[in-house]
Amino acid sequence: MKPLNGLFEKQLRVVNLGLEAFYEDLKNQSVEVVQVDWRPPAGGNEKMLSLLGKLKGKK
Amino acid sequence: MAVQTTIRKNAYYDSVTLMLITKDLAKLPGVEDILVGMATELNKELAANLNLLTPELEALSANDFFVTAELSGEASMEMLVSALDALLSAKKSSAGSSYRPASLQTALSNEPELNLALISLPGRYAAAEVEKALDAGLHVMLFSDNVSIEDEKRLKEKAVSKQLLMMGPDCGTAMINHVPLAFCNVVRPGGIGIVGASGTGTQEIMSLIDQLGGGVSQVIGTGGRDLKTEIGGLMMLQAFEALIADPETKVIVLVSKPPAPEVAKKVLDLVNKAGKPVVVDFIGGDRTAIEAAGAVACISLEDAARKAVALLRGDAAPSDFSGFDVPEADIDALAAHEAGKKAPIQKYLRGLFTGGTLADEAMKLLGPDLGTIWSNIPLKPEEQLKDVKVSAEHTVIDFGDDAFTVGRPHPMIDPSTRSERIVKEAAPDVAVLLMDVVLGYGSHPDPAGEVAAQIREARENAAASGGDLTVIASVCGTEGDPQGLKASRETLSEAGAVVMPSNAQAVRLAAKIMKAIAKQGGERA
Amino acid sequence: MEERILKANQEAFDRLQLAQPTIVGIGTAGEDIPGMDKMTVLHAGPPITWERMSGPLRGAIVGGLIYEGLAKDEAEALELAASGKITFDSCHHHNAVGPMAGVTTFSMPVWKLRNEAFGNMAYCTLNEGLGKVLRYGAFSEEVIDRLKWMEKVLAPVLKATLALSGPIDLKTMIAQIVQMGDEGHNRNKAGTSLLIRELAPYLVMTDFSDEDKRDVLKFMHSNDHFFLNLTMPACKCSLDPLEGIENSTMVYTMARNGTDFGIRVSGLGNRWFTAPAEIIDGLFFPGFTKEDANPDIGDSVITETCGIGGFAMATAPAIVQFVGGTPQDAFNFTSSMYEITIGESSAFKLPPMNFRGSPTGIDIMKVIETQIRPIINTGIAHKNAGVGQVGAGLVRPPMKCFEDALEAFVEDAQSRGLI
Repeated sequence: MKPLNGLFEKQLRVVNLGLEAFYEDLKNQSVEVVQVDWRPPAGGNEKMLSLLGKLKGKK
Repeated sequence: MAVQTTIRKNAYYDSVTLMLITKDLAKLPGVEDILVGMATELNKELAANLNLLTPELEALSANDFFVTAELSGEASMEMLVSALDALLSAKKSSAGSSYRPASLQTALSNEPELNLALISLPGRYAAAEVEKALDAGLHVMLFSDNVSIEDEKRLKEKAVSKQLLMMGPDCGTAMINHVPLAFCNVVRPGGIGIVGASGTGTQEIMSLIDQLGGGVSQVIGTGGRDLKTEIGGLMMLQAFEALIADPETKVIVLVSKPPAPEVAKKVLDLVNKAGKPVVVDFIGGDRTAIEAAGAVACISLEDAARKAVALLRGDAAPSDFSGFDVPEADIDALAAHEAGKKAPIQKYLRGLFTGGTLADEAMKLLGPDLGTIWSNIPLKPEEQLKDVKVSAEHTVIDFGDDAFTVGRPHPMIDPSTRSERIVKEAAPDVAVLLMDVVLGYGSHPDPAGEVAAQIREARENAAASGGDLTVIASVCGTEGDPQGLKASRETLSEAGAVVMPSNAQAVRLAAKIMKAIAKQGGERA
Repeated sequence: MEERILKANQEAFDRLQLAQPTIVGIGTAGEDIPGMDKMTVLHAGPPITWERMSGPLRGAIVGGLIYEGLAKDEAEALELAASGKITFDSCHHHNAVGPMAGVTTFSMPVWKLRNEAFGNMAYCTLNEGLGKVLRYGAFSEEVIDRLKWMEKVLAPVLKATLALSGPIDLKTMIAQIVQMGDEGHNRNKAGTSLLIRELAPYLVMTDFSDEDKRDVLKFMHSNDHFFLNLTMPACKCSLDPLEGIENSTMVYTMARNGTDFGIRVSGLGNRWFTAPAEIIDGLFFPGFTKEDANPDIGDSVITETCGIGGFAMATAPAIVQFVGGTPQDAFNFTSSMYEITIGESSAFKLPPMNFRGSPTGIDIMKVIETQIRPIINTGIAHKNAGVGQVGAGLVRPPMKCFEDALEAFVEDAQSRGLI
């Protein structure tokens, strides 16, 4: 495998999960960036997370 | 109150537009009741139900437009009509913002070429998202902290097995392919590659490289815990190897707090396989092992930058830099001058830092001269400040530490946590205030401006009580940064601060002043 | 288990893609709808008792009973409805769907659709028009008279027309309308136009008076939503074959009765998962406010279940004006539906989405994981019977429906020893 899969030769394409400021700064520099409208899985509902977990084969 | 109407024959407006307009007009003062519409049977009926139907309206056809309203005192039909016309002619502002995918998965299906995930989510959710990113073949920069060391290990092992970067947790600075990520300075491209386990340490080195005319190829963060035994330097080693293999990188700089000895050994063992100069700054650590491994040791972040730039130029590694940009005689004169203005009771130093590594470097450089330095990130456990809100004797504070950032943004984003403290620190027995001002992406738009007023006030207070406060600041930044290095330095000088070119020089100046004060004290005694 | 679910969902999705909803004729509820009799009144949404019904549904039932001659006025109708002598049931349990109150009685003419891929049928009454109509709970003489005209003139003319034209392919027609600014739920102008165009050459050849033919054409022309009563059963017969695919988490029914919102999930058979229906956020006609609104009502949400309606909002941007939005908002709403669906429609391509197929096949797991609920465009009924439509806007199903369904799904999988 190439070191870091040849990252240094590629154009950076960023996906930002979290602070809007990081996304804005990259956008302002014309870097390719996508902002994820992230929210906690199942809204943090423990019961739902547990049910989903059972179906996905996790504890 | 009277019912007033406006009629426009053979005028058409679509029903949805009219509904929206009615909503807006109903909010105007003095409008008790209002109906705006085409004179359809339905609308005439509605008007009747609202007691707003007049014989004139009755006579209209469905092609005619009307406004009927019950208006009180202040309102007039004239005013209503001009508001109406404004709304009718108003154009919608440019379409709303573009779609933001709700998950990494959707982001990837919309944009399969994504190659780096920058994650700054709350700690408890971060690990799962890192895992998803790595599984999808993305490199990761993990800004979040409060990620367990077990998760860090597991995720870094996965990353290494897939030749992916997992920078973090708690990684605030990186520059990949010349793109500044998170908190990062704008530095010209060049041949120096940096791997850093400390955010502001990395920022100081890269900024000074730029100021010295050099440039960087890649700046890779590893997160603060990478060189602990549990993690074993996984990212440092992977990044180091990548820079060794990178043709653009001619000189490598490694910066970290002193690693666990067996981890330091693993890192240093790679040095003679590098085939290019390696500068190692294990901040304050033992240089023997470093030099024995064939790397160049340093005594400060600034020294690391200077050595790297020299090596890049093809010069031999210069000797340790412990001087100043201006003749030392000038500095000594300055120190004497500052010391001379102090009242006898002024004998303490206070360091107020937003960058943890800069605070740490300050304490290490001051330690020999000052002795005990209280801190919230002390060099020795017994020097832990009892109450982080109250300084004592010599104190250096890292405002970016957890003690200050629970529920508040980091001081590089919101400078008020530190600026609030500045005036308080100018107690009568304080002689010197030392601070860092960090520029770059991620930082506040004007960090220098945010401390200027407080610096002035602190100095005025000291003067008013018969003393003098020396404020020494260094700006970690470049001309290319959004805030501008020159402009920031000017703001600080105008506020009365002595601006030094680096953290190390600022600290050394402070030490000279404190020594001069102590000497005075001895002479005065 | 995850593998099993993926496989089952693919099966469900594929069955939907194979659907060929086709108009095969006009019938009557009594003759054609399975399990129909004179004393049965079908309604929209999940099953509900008289006591819990909202204003518009009650009003529509009153109208239906008067229309059938089972009661001569409101008082008698109310007494009869509460007496227990009338059987109330969901349209959905009888291969049928109905917009708003969805009240379907014995004598009412119905569209007959067949899904040619699987042979199953679906039925829906014909759309009465706008204003004071039965489906909004009105039951005045005007309403009854119109229903009679539909029974005596509209239906026979259309029935004869269809006998001449032969079956009409609705899948192709719907595929066209989503490229003409319609979304098949709240925007049906193009569909109604295409239908009239399709029928007109045959209609003129039927053996009825010129006045009757003219009245039928005018009737269809005056009601942009005439086509809604075809998109609905088209979606219904496309989705019905998905009932009972073991391990599938795909939603194959969504419906509201003005009190409850209900969903049904492929892998859970014909079980309903219900929760209180929400009040719609939208634009109200002058003189009306949110206070006047009835909770969400109607089977028309079967269109969203099938990937059109609110899911195709990007292709009908005029809809978002109802919540003061922009075409970009319409685009964003459709984009967000891809987050909760299994696939993209092979038939319904949306030009503003770069001709991507509409997001199709709601997955209850994805709804809960992303917390994104399906988006629905709908009309708003006045909470009192007989007043009619008071606005239009956007609404979503209650999350509880999906949560209860997920819980039941896990229990079911556990009981079969799969987890």
